[in-house]
Amino acid sequence: MFHREAGVFKTSYAADMALYPLPIARWAVAAVAVLFIVVVPLTCGDYPISVLNLILIAVVGALGLNILVGYTGQISIGTGAFMSVGAYTAANLVTHLHAPFWIALPAGGLMAALIGTIVGIPSLRIKGIYLAIATLAAQLIIEWTINHVQWISGGVQASITVPRPSVFGVRLVSERQIYGFLMFFVVLAIIATLNLVRSRIGRAFIAIRDQDIAAEIIGINIFRYKLYAFAISSFFAGVTGVLESYYLGIANYEQFQIDVSIDYLAMVIIGGLGSVLGSVFGAIFVTLLPIATRWFLESFGGVFFSSSDLLNVIPNLRLVIFGGLIIFFLVVEPEGLNRLWRNIRNYFRVWPFSY
Amino acid sequence: MTTRSRSVLTLAAGMAVGLAYAGSAMADDKVLLIGDQCDRTGATQIVGTVLCPAMQDYYKLVNSKGGIDGWTIKGDEIDNGYKVPEAIEAYERQKQMGALMMTFYGTPQTVALNARIEQDKIPTTSPGFGISAAADGTRFPYLFPIAATYWSQGAAAIQFAKDQLGGDLKGKKIAYVYYDNPAGKEPMPILEALQKQEGFELRTFAVPPPGVEMGAQIIDITQRYHPDFVIDHLFGRSPSVAIKGYKGAGYPLKKVLGLVWASAEADILAAGGWSVAEGYNTLQFAGAGDDYPVRQEIKEMYKKEGKEPPKEMADTVAYNRGLLQAAVQVEALKNALKISGGQKPTTEQVKAGFEQIKDFTLGGLVPPLQITATDHEGGGWVQIFGVHDGKFVKETEWIHPYRDVVENVLKTAE
Repeated sequence: MFHREAGVFKTSYAADMALYPLPIARWAVAAVAVLFIVVVPLTCGDYPISVLNLILIAVVGALGLNILVGYTGQISIGTGAFMSVGAYTAANLVTHLHAPFWIALPAGGLMAALIGTIVGIPSLRIKGIYLAIATLAAQLIIEWTINHVQWISGGVQASITVPRPSVFGVRLVSERQIYGFLMFFVVLAIIATLNLVRSRIGRAFIAIRDQDIAAEIIGINIFRYKLYAFAISSFFAGVTGVLESYYLGIANYEQFQIDVSIDYLAMVIIGGLGSVLGSVFGAIFVTLLPIATRWFLESFGGVFFSSSDLLNVIPNLRLVIFGGLIIFFLVVEPEGLNRLWRNIRNYFRVWPFSY
Repeated sequence: MTTRSRSVLTLAAGMAVGLAYAGSAMADDKVLLIGDQCDRTGATQIVGTVLCPAMQDYYKLVNSKGGIDGWTIKGDEIDNGYKVPEAIEAYERQKQMGALMMTFYGTPQTVALNARIEQDKIPTTSPGFGISAAADGTRFPYLFPIAATYWSQGAAAIQFAKDQLGGDLKGKKIAYVYYDNPAGKEPMPILEALQKQEGFELRTFAVPPPGVEMGAQIIDITQRYHPDFVIDHLFGRSPSVAIKGYKGAGYPLKKVLGLVWASAEADILAAGGWSVAEGYNTLQFAGAGDDYPVRQEIKEMYKKEGKEPPKEMADTVAYNRGLLQAAVQVEALKNALKISGGQKPTTEQVKAGFEQIKDFTLGGLVPPLQITATDHEGGGWVQIFGVHDGKFVKETEWIHPYRDVVENVLKTAE
């Protein structure tokens, strides 16, 4: 509608390999980036930014899980546990060794990657729902270990206070400062994932997902690449855990229980398996929808219910609406929000000449 | 007009009314806003669905009597579903609304938000949640647990066992049955310290969550260990499973004491009713039962409106805890208004208001709390009620034994 795709000539390899070959796509991405990096922090108050911070943390985790579930086709219900591995590794480094964030953050990710790789070993033998059960076991084992091994958990409470990170000597105290901090890592994670999935490794992941026997026949070392997938995905999860404990100021094992794993799985399924944008959409949807439905119910529910009933109605109706919308979106578009977005985009691409 | 367009119109009209309604609620200026979090849909909804309505009822009662010196109280409640991200969002929203104080709901939520209340200087109560160390007001200046911590509960449980077993625990066997999570393990330092002091034998039995199957532990306790007294520190569904188990194994329930989250009507009913649980002892941080004037006042208030008293009142344990919680908040606001001289108090003044609470018992429902700048627990008072003839009967007055031991552990805690 607004642009032409014809007439974009690529004259160098660099242009051919660009993430966004079309000028309009580059402009659109730049506009979104300016909106969220410049406009939002300058105009929004603490509350909207705190909600955005929750979304940003979720985006990193959803991206990581999507690499494993969406791109490689290996189901995992262990995200919460990998997050806790990252969180406790970083928390211990920060409290005992006063490690700065640029050590604690990758260290948390790497430790999670190591544990994730070990958990991924059964994936060579078992697939699908059986692998899901194996990762579920990992979730429970890691939870139990953190709960009972006190040199990891830092005491009976299993919670370690983590001071906010300092960047160039400035401690990030306000919501706005931590927003910038989180945004940096989200951008990094998005760019890394976009590039990963179009590299040799990413193509191997997709081959394994689509047909692992065929992938093996064309020379892909399945064992190695499945473990890569687990390691990369767990690295992202570990980083998410570290970011979350920096944001909250504490690492506590009850923040990373099985329901968190299921929330993240919901994000990638609703957002769209095997797409980067889908992970972002899923994280936004799952984080924002409960908030939005409550806003809606609080504003208009007073018409239908008395105020004392309303307090009981809102949370329950919220769950009903949340569940209903998930079913609705998946029925309308089983391939997730990303596909829905692409359908809309493709419609307008040729509009009004739809032939 | 078709049905469809009519319904659209109705909805539009409804939205307009809703917006007007939301607008009018914000227009009042003599309002003291309290930000409450609750769990009505998550893991602990069995408590939340009773405790939170009780808080709202108490605010309503105070407002119906003219509020505090003409100030009305508004309790804004947000459900966090026992999830941390939801709790953060709720906190930030209530902070933006200008809440003078808050209530947190749930241990992980309280732990996660503690750094924020210190930064924003908002006094917050966390009745029965969070970590025991929060009783120390010098280390956790803005967090007020109010209710007796697990440490105080453990000490009171040992004192009760001692009284039940003839005043001497030397050589006696005590079984500690706990939910295998941080909260379950928390009383252990107190129990171990008292074990040395009193010379009893202590054995611990872990119950893995969710604790709906406890056959092995019950056999271990009743057939092998034969303890003289049992302390149950269980949550959720497991207290009722334990009561049923002891009953089935023939262990006398009058030698069993459940700590605060194993002691509600719901646990008794889930175990098979009052006759099954006859003799079972429960530890309470707010008075249990119906015999308190404030409960009669709430019933009167509903009668005046021509309504039945809410069904939540039947669950007296959780309901009375909600009343305690709200009553302490209102008392703190009263003190804060005195400090501010009738102006709208600041959050710092509300904090000071909390730290002046004493001699406030609400007809026996609230223990003789004395909250100070250093003691945010208010003394660690509990009362023990036994199950007799279909209701909770008082076994002891308000007690807080072994304070020296509890304070010692508090000092050495990390």
